[in-house]
Amino acid sequence: MIRAEEPLIRVEGLHYTYQAGTPKPIPALRGIDLTVQAGEYVAVIGANGSGKSTLLRHFNALLLPTAGNVWVTKWNTRDTVHLRDIRSTVTMVFQVPDDQIVASVVEEDVAFGPENLGVPEDELHQRVDWALAAVGLTELRHRASRLLSSGQKQRLAIAAALAMQPRCLVLDEATAMLDPAGQTQVRKILHQLHQDGMTIISATHNMAEAVQAQRVVVLSEGRIAIQGDPRFVFAQEETLHALQLDVPYPTRMARMLATVIRDFPTDVLTVTELAEAISMHLGQPLELRPKPTTGVR
Amino acid sequence: MNSPAIPLIDIRGLTHSYLPGTPLETKSLCGIDLQVHAGETVGIIGPTGSGKSTLLQHMNGLLQPQQGEVHVNGLSLADPSVDMRLIRQRVGLVFQNPEDQLFERYAGDDVAYGPRNLGLPADQVRERVRLAMEMVGLPFAYKDRLIAELSHGQKRRLALAGVLALEPQVLLLDEPTAGLDPQGRRELLQVLRQWRAKAGRAMVLASHNMEDIAELATRVYVLVAGRIAFHGSPRDLFAHYEMLVQHSLAVPAATEVMHALRQYGYPVPTDVLSMEEAVNEIKGLLHVQTN
Repeated sequence: MIRAEEPLIRVEGLHYTYQAGTPKPIPALRGIDLTVQAGEYVAVIGANGSGKSTLLRHFNALLLPTAGNVWVTKWNTRDTVHLRDIRSTVTMVFQVPDDQIVASVVEEDVAFGPENLGVPEDELHQRVDWALAAVGLTELRHRASRLLSSGQKQRLAIAAALAMQPRCLVLDEATAMLDPAGQTQVRKILHQLHQDGMTIISATHNMAEAVQAQRVVVLSEGRIAIQGDPRFVFAQEETLHALQLDVPYPTRMARMLATVIRDFPTDVLTVTELAEAISMHLGQPLELRPKPTTGVR
Repeated sequence: MNSPAIPLIDIRGLTHSYLPGTPLETKSLCGIDLQVHAGETVGIIGPTGSGKSTLLQHMNGLLQPQQGEVHVNGLSLADPSVDMRLIRQRVGLVFQNPEDQLFERYAGDDVAYGPRNLGLPADQVRERVRLAMEMVGLPFAYKDRLIAELSHGQKRRLALAGVLALEPQVLLLDEPTAGLDPQGRRELLQVLRQWRAKAGRAMVLASHNMEDIAELATRVYVLVAGRIAFHGSPRDLFAHYEMLVQHSLAVPAATEVMHALRQYGYPVPTDVLSMEEAVNEIKGLLHVQTN
């Protein structure tokens, strides 16, 4: 067990203001304190404009704090000498896959980043093979990247990020533009990467994705409003509503059922958990109650 | 479909290929028949790459039919004498990604672009911009904001405002709620409901979000590999769970719960659209079980 001495990402007193120093400053982050340990899976949720993207962009020095500090392991993101180390430790995947695909062939796109870092050829091949396999694109490696579906493109963007062998993957609404099948695929990939030890920070409106994180951080108007494990956070439906957020559908339905079924649990997070809870409370379906045996066995 | 009035949009036998006549030719649409009448909200669903966006782009003449016919208000889009600007003013298309649509520096200029091009005087342009921004819930003062500094949700509203400022009769929406937070989504759906309430208007909604379809659509087409695989009411549609799953599509959460309960052996109907309906069914089950 390697327990890192320092957190992978440490944010202290972070403020960020767009158009700072102009007559119309727009404060986006107003005092964020946050630490992310190596190997954690953190979901960041919040209304549009709550500061999610701005916060995420501080994790690999795409933005620098107006006030406060962000450290990636031991490097302060203001320290431009370490920019390369920071960017290869924390890589980002954005919402629109087309914005982040640079090469015309799938495997070349994955190789682009490490090749630019001067990774030797045999290692480059290994990295590309591994990254493509991790997102299930091995068979499409010779395809033209622009002919991929948007779900495949987003997996390609994740593979390209993985080929940098980062310790942390930061995703900014990476499933928002995908169809349901594409969303499910990406969700499963993130789950698997986390199982394999990758640190994942994912801003999402997709509650089915947020519930699979270990920790949910809720942003509101540039501050952290609530954080905790998904069950803790999604138990606070009223607070979330006030922040213009919803709880996952199964949780909402459980709360509606609790008003008509005594002692019905309200802390379910998934459809499976909900169906289990309903069957517990209803008893066995009538048609499945012991029937006369039919002789065979 | 027996409406005596001329459909606002009438598509017959529409076929479209990308890169036709080359080895890379890809059939995108194949023999599509589709009508949109005033007062309707037509949902178009289908997996990524099924041709939804291509179909939408035929409805306001961004793409010309290679085979088949597209009529808007009885005007054939293949007729060279038809003024395409008029068609695009009547049929407004809101793209999935607002970045594809917004190109001005300041928010207000982007909304004003269409009305200015219609040759309206400055005071009318201003009024249209104000109304359109108000309708989508953007404060009029945002007209002086830099578009680059707007959030994604605000950009989406702005892109919609730019189309509404043209006062179209038909609104085409490509994934209108993708990337919006729940509140933003509810507000947008409310904007759309208000907009369509005026007589003579119609909406076409391409979406992966089955909750959107369940809440808004009056009729649904399922597009699979460029062909219409299903056509009917949302309620009929969501009863076809296996077909939807087979085509990588989803069902509303309420419908999914009903299906999960069926797997447990409970005799619940699967054509529910809303959470309230689902809860009622489960309540009913409770009574049956305890009796």
